[in-house]
This record gives sequence, structure tokens and C-alpha cells, in this order.
Amino acid sequence: MESTIIKSRNFNASFGSNHVVKNVNIDIPRNQIIAVMGPSGCGKTTYLRCINRMHELIPGASSNGEMLLNGEDIYKMHPIFVRLKIGMVFQRPNPFPNLSIYDNVIAGYKLNGIKLPKPEKDRIVEHSLTRVALWNEVKDSLNKKGSFLSGGQQQRLCIARAVAMEPEVILFDEPTSALDPISTSTVEELFHELKANYTLIVVTHNMQQAARVSDKTAFFFLGELVEYDETKTMFTNPKDNRTQNYITGRFS
Amino acid sequence: MQAKSVKYRLGKSYGFQLLTYLLAFAIVVPLLAILFYIVRAGITRINWHFLVNIPKPVGESGGGIANAILGSIIIIAVASIIAIPIGIMAGIYLSENGKSRLAYWVRLSTDILQGVPSIVIGIIAYFWLVKPLRGFSALSGSVALAIMMLPIIVRSTEETLKLLPDTLKEAALALGMPFHRVIFKVIVPVGFSGILSGIMLSIARITGETAPLLFTAFGNPYLSVNIAKPMQSLPLLIFNYATSPYTDWLNLAWGASLILLFWVLFLNILTKLLTRKWKVQL
Repeated sequence: MESTIIKSRNFNASFGSNHVVKNVNIDIPRNQIIAVMGPSGCGKTTYLRCINRMHELIPGASSNGEMLLNGEDIYKMHPIFVRLKIGMVFQRPNPFPNLSIYDNVIAGYKLNGIKLPKPEKDRIVEHSLTRVALWNEVKDSLNKKGSFLSGGQQQRLCIARAVAMEPEVILFDEPTSALDPISTSTVEELFHELKANYTLIVVTHNMQQAARVSDKTAFFFLGELVEYDETKTMFTNPKDNRTQNYITGRFS
Repeated sequence: MQAKSVKYRLGKSYGFQLLTYLLAFAIVVPLLAILFYIVRAGITRINWHFLVNIPKPVGESGGGIANAILGSIIIIAVASIIAIPIGIMAGIYLSENGKSRLAYWVRLSTDILQGVPSIVIGIIAYFWLVKPLRGFSALSGSVALAIMMLPIIVRSTEETLKLLPDTLKEAALALGMPFHRVIFKVIVPVGFSGILSGIMLSIARITGETAPLLFTAFGNPYLSVNIAKPMQSLPLLIFNYATSPYTDWLNLAWGASLILLFWVLFLNILTKLLTRKWKVQL
């Protein structure tokens, strides 16, 4: 299999006349954790949402350029197909409040009308919850509502929901910014487990988090991809002045 | 001097407080008076016989209002079948495309529709349905009532769905769900309690409507379940019998008033219970 899973060429995105992602070229390798960092409003979240075509759902949003998944243009596939291949976890945990924990995990099947035999569903639920280290905490309360869990547990439930669909890539949009430090470190540990099976792209404000969890880091500034390199190199020996200024805290 | 001014101001404050209490109490008085009066006049009428028999002709005592109760249920049920799907769909449209030109006009027309006097809606139904079909019918009454239900259902659906967080929709879309499934499997079930409360309120609102039924459902002294023919309903029975000179008929009207009152009260309580039961904790 090719080692690059997502490839962007001259990729641009805008809201109306506001050009927020400018000419981004990036190659994302398979089964790695890529951190996308940068100050607020630098276009990192918009770029992330372009990967699974969530950006275009906002009125007035547009994009152009190439975005390839395994060499195929994402923008020539059906968005529903893209989103099944590329899962997403959001800033705030958003389990479906009307569904039980069990149903939340298989929501991608259940709500899409895909019928599965009960043992198969049980297997997916247990497997996915085990993957996100939540199985032992919730195995006796699978029929309770998802909103009954703590914030950190809810976020892991949302990750389990994405994992259950067996995507190739999972996008994380500041996944720990609404969580306390302990839940944050649980989620960060999870990333290392998930890496074996999925490619993770994590948007974060938090430089320490980028340094802790990622293999490679992309630094966005004012819509441009300023630097993209091995995380170690990036934090010890940045090539661009702006990266240097950002990681030493000279602006934020 | 200063102490005196403080005392004066405190006095004014107490006076104002007292006034608010009195006026708040004054609100309750008419309701209690109506309840008391109707219960006193109607309670002795109500028994099993009253609920399962149809009115007797003039001169015979006894009789009941079974035809009106059944008629009201049928007319309201048919009106709901017409209004609920249209109202919910329009509400979904408004919450999803709130800024479009069509949404502006839909919102404007629901607002105006809400203000149209019920008798005018009755006349419209008369000219649209009763005249072309050459006869009064329960169906034309249902259509008139459905038109009255629409604005309430549309706006309550819209308001309910607009309050749901966008993250909910995003979660569903990110799982690869097509739009119609996002709406019917996620958005509507989560907002169900609010939509249901709008439906129940609209039913409570039309239960007592008389004017639009006068020249549509018309009324019928006999038991009828044919929606293509005239049908009796509670408000029509009250209107016709309360203005008659016969004591027996007057008594029927009082009993029917009490039943109608209980019905609306029951709907309101049921709304509260159901919306609490279906409420989804976000």
C-alpha cells in the first residue's frame, strides 16, 4: 500500500470572499499522528473540515485544489462515502442525547439504516469501546443514555463511534479543549493505540499536546502552511522564523 | 429629613408590591369564577347515560351528547392528520433554511394566518369545499381547523429545532448520514418533545372553535361517522342548544360545556406529562 494516505495540492478554501486556507500542499503518511497547530483563525480547523467535506456544508463556503485519499480525488467522490472513510471527532463531545451508549457506538450503522445481526452489533460495540478504553467503565450501563457519562467519557464514546465505522482516517478538531487534564491525558494515550489501525489528524491550539502526541506537525499561520516536518525537528530546529516565534511564545 | 424620605420611599415600594399581588390575584378570579359556574351547572348532568346517548327530541327529557363527543374526536383527528405532517415539514424547512426568501414568506404567512379570525377561515372553507361539494361535511370542518392548527405547529417546530445545537447535526453528517436521515433519525427525535407540545397546544386551541364549524361541519342531531356528511361537535352542540328555549337542551349544553372544559384541561396536563417524558437531556 502506498505510504501517503492524504495528499493536498494547491488546496484553497474560503468563506465568501474571506480566503482562509491558502494554497496548501501536504502529504500525510499512513498510520501516523499528524498535529495541525497554529493560532486561532489560522485556517487549521477549516483545512481539517475540508478533508471530510464538512466545510462545504456552511453557507457561502467554497474550496478548490486537489485533495486526494489514496490517490483518488475526494471532491469527485460522494461526500457520504468520503465521511464513511474519514471519521471525525469534534471539539465538544457530542454523543446523540436520545440514544443509549450502545446505540451511540453503532449510530453510524443504525442511523444509516444498515441492518446488522445482534451478535455482530455486540461485537462492534465491545470492540470499539475496548479500543477507546471505555469498555470496562460502561459495560454494565450500555443501555443508559450517552449524556449520562462525564465529559471525558463522552469524548471517548464519540471516538468509539468514529472507530466503529472502521474508517481509514480519523480527524480530531481540538478534541481535548473541553476536557479536564486527566481526561485529556487519557485521550492522548488513546491516540498511540489508535495509530496502529488508523491515520490520525489532530488540530490543536496546544503546542505541548502537539509535541507530546504527534509524529509530524504542520504549522498554519494566516491560512498558509508555514512548515510541515517531523515533530522533533519542528520543535527543536524550526526552519521558518514564524514557527520559531510561535513555539517560543512570541505571539499567539 | 432623610429618615422621613426613606420611610416614604419604602412605603411606596410596599404599596407597589401590594398592587402587584392584588392584580395577580385578579387574573385568577375570572378563571375560578368560570370553572365554578360551569362545574356547578354541568356536574349534575354528567353520568354514563349522558356520555353514551344522543340528544332526545324536544319534549322528551334525558338524552346525551355521544354524537357531539364522537364528532369532535373525528373532526379533530382528521384535522390533525392534515395539519401535522404539513406543519412539521414546514417547520423543518424554516429551521434549516431560515434565511431564504421562501422562508421569509412562509414565516410571514404563518404569522398572518395566526391572526386571521376563525370565522373568516370558516368562510374560506365554505367557498372552497362546501359549495363545490354541494353539502356540509365534517371534512370541510376538519380542513378549516387544520388551517388554524398550521401556524402553531409550524412555529413551534421551527423554534424547537432551531434551539438544538449545530454540533448534533455535525455529528450525524460526519458519520456519513444523508440529509433526510439526519433530520428524521436525529434532529426530529431529539426535538420531539417540543414538536409534540406544539401539536397538543394546537389541538387544545381548535377544540373549542365554533365559528369555522358553523358553515362547514354544520351539526347533526344524530350519530354520524361519515366525514362526507354533516357531523355534530361539542362547540356546535353548545352553540345550538344553549340558545334554545328548552330546559332539557340547556342542560345538555351545560354538560357539554363541562366536558369541553375537562377536555382542554386534560390536553394541557397531558402535554406537560408527555413533553416531560419525551424530553431529551442535551
